[in-house]
Amino acid sequence: MSEGIRQPDRPQTLESESRDLFSKFDDLIAMREGLLASGQEDPFSLVMEEVLSPTRAICNGRDTILLGTYNYMGMTFDPDVVAAGKQALDDFGSGTTGSRVLNGTYQGHKACEDALREFYAMDHAMVFSTGYQANLGIISTIAGKGDYIVLDIDSHASIWDGCAMGKAEVVPFKHNDVEAMEKRLRRIPEGAGKLVVLEGVYSMLGDVAPLAEMVAVAKKHGAMVLVDEAHSMGFIGEHGRGVCEQAGVIDDVDFIVGTFSKSVGTVGGFCVSNHPKFEIMRLVCRPYVFTASLPPSVVATATTSIRKLMQGSNKRAHLWENSRRLHGGLRDLGFQLGTEEPQSAIVAVIMPDLERGAAMWEALLKEGLYVNLARPPATPANMTLLRCSLCAEHSAEEVETILGMFERAGKAVGII
Amino acid sequence: MDRAETDQTIRRLIEPFDKKGVEITDATTFAGDLEFDSLTVMDFVAAIEDEFDVIISMNQQAEIETYGQLVDAVHEMQADR
Repeated sequence: MSEGIRQPDRPQTLESESRDLFSKFDDLIAMREGLLASGQEDPFSLVMEEVLSPTRAICNGRDTILLGTYNYMGMTFDPDVVAAGKQALDDFGSGTTGSRVLNGTYQGHKACEDALREFYAMDHAMVFSTGYQANLGIISTIAGKGDYIVLDIDSHASIWDGCAMGKAEVVPFKHNDVEAMEKRLRRIPEGAGKLVVLEGVYSMLGDVAPLAEMVAVAKKHGAMVLVDEAHSMGFIGEHGRGVCEQAGVIDDVDFIVGTFSKSVGTVGGFCVSNHPKFEIMRLVCRPYVFTASLPPSVVATATTSIRKLMQGSNKRAHLWENSRRLHGGLRDLGFQLGTEEPQSAIVAVIMPDLERGAAMWEALLKEGLYVNLARPPATPANMTLLRCSLCAEHSAEEVETILGMFERAGKAVGII
Repeated sequence: MDRAETDQTIRRLIEPFDKKGVEITDATTFAGDLEFDSLTVMDFVAAIEDEFDVIISMNQQAEIETYGQLVDAVHEMQADR
């Protein structure tokens, strides 16, 4: 297991050779320059000059519909959420200036963890400063040298980085392949610590993991299970607890990791668990110990938002309507989509190549629509994707407008 | 199974992944000569694991750069079983 707090908080300085350390980025620099030389607007330097609502902003000078944020439940402008943040700014100031284990735990951090415990009906909740740090910290701390982590090859970067930081033996399996996962679990030496890491919704294609089968297999082989529910919290499952709730396996999952930067509408990360020894994580988890805690205004907005998400069934129903309409509409227009059926609030549109993907992205932006351009190496199988993330605040009319924009842009670029 | 037999089996397994028809020697590298990307590595490793009923973690893969090193590693793993 990780040495955690006993390690020094400054790494040793390594001797470096005198070569230019940036030369390894030359291919990426050339790819970006090539794209921009063709007159393409830079897809990775969009500036939101003014944010009008959860679904609209002035981007690069244009009034734009936002279809590329993770604001699934539209909580960023909720009046109660905003009021809670303002009150906390007045009462507690702009920041804590310290770690949770020193001066960084305020009443607001405890209230936020209480809200998470209630939301998930679990015994323990731990708030991190980002979702990335939650995965980095939990995974690297519980699975150390000599332990085995079995994970989906399409896992998020924060999961991979957590595996690397903990120095566990890492064994990936083919995306969503239960049989491949079981084969690897079966071959792990007897007596070794085992952790299976899964995601509820995979963010690139918006597809859902077969968690009922996967969690059962993991448990059969004596592994602990961590599920990242970043893209399903608030939206999927009867109480919005995610895919593991919908699949009926939430009681067999040892750790759920999530984020405040999606449905919750602010920034931060968390882990909830029923493990009886979970609280020791507050002393041994380095990305929790060695970083400043979230500002009081942020935890106040998160707490209010999480409590409102518990009563979010109407919003959830409307978001599903939006997802079904956009998915069906794009498919009817002739676009190739990441999933056969709508499985989440993410609808991924597969582009033939990076050049036409970037051209399509730009054509949509000129129409007044912002989506994410996702490209290798962040994407599975080197695909270029236009990723649409719907919001419960998108009106039915807005979804029709979006489909019209896709039709015009798709024809102009020659994709449909 | 001796090293030569292990070599023969892995040679058969690598064939469908050797898209460019590179001639395989002990010095052939996976990243450089065969240009395997991470997905290809995962599928190829899965094929070896299934054939020999062993597990090869990514940490072990990081130590294996050439075909010869892979044959040695699989041969040793079998000997240990």
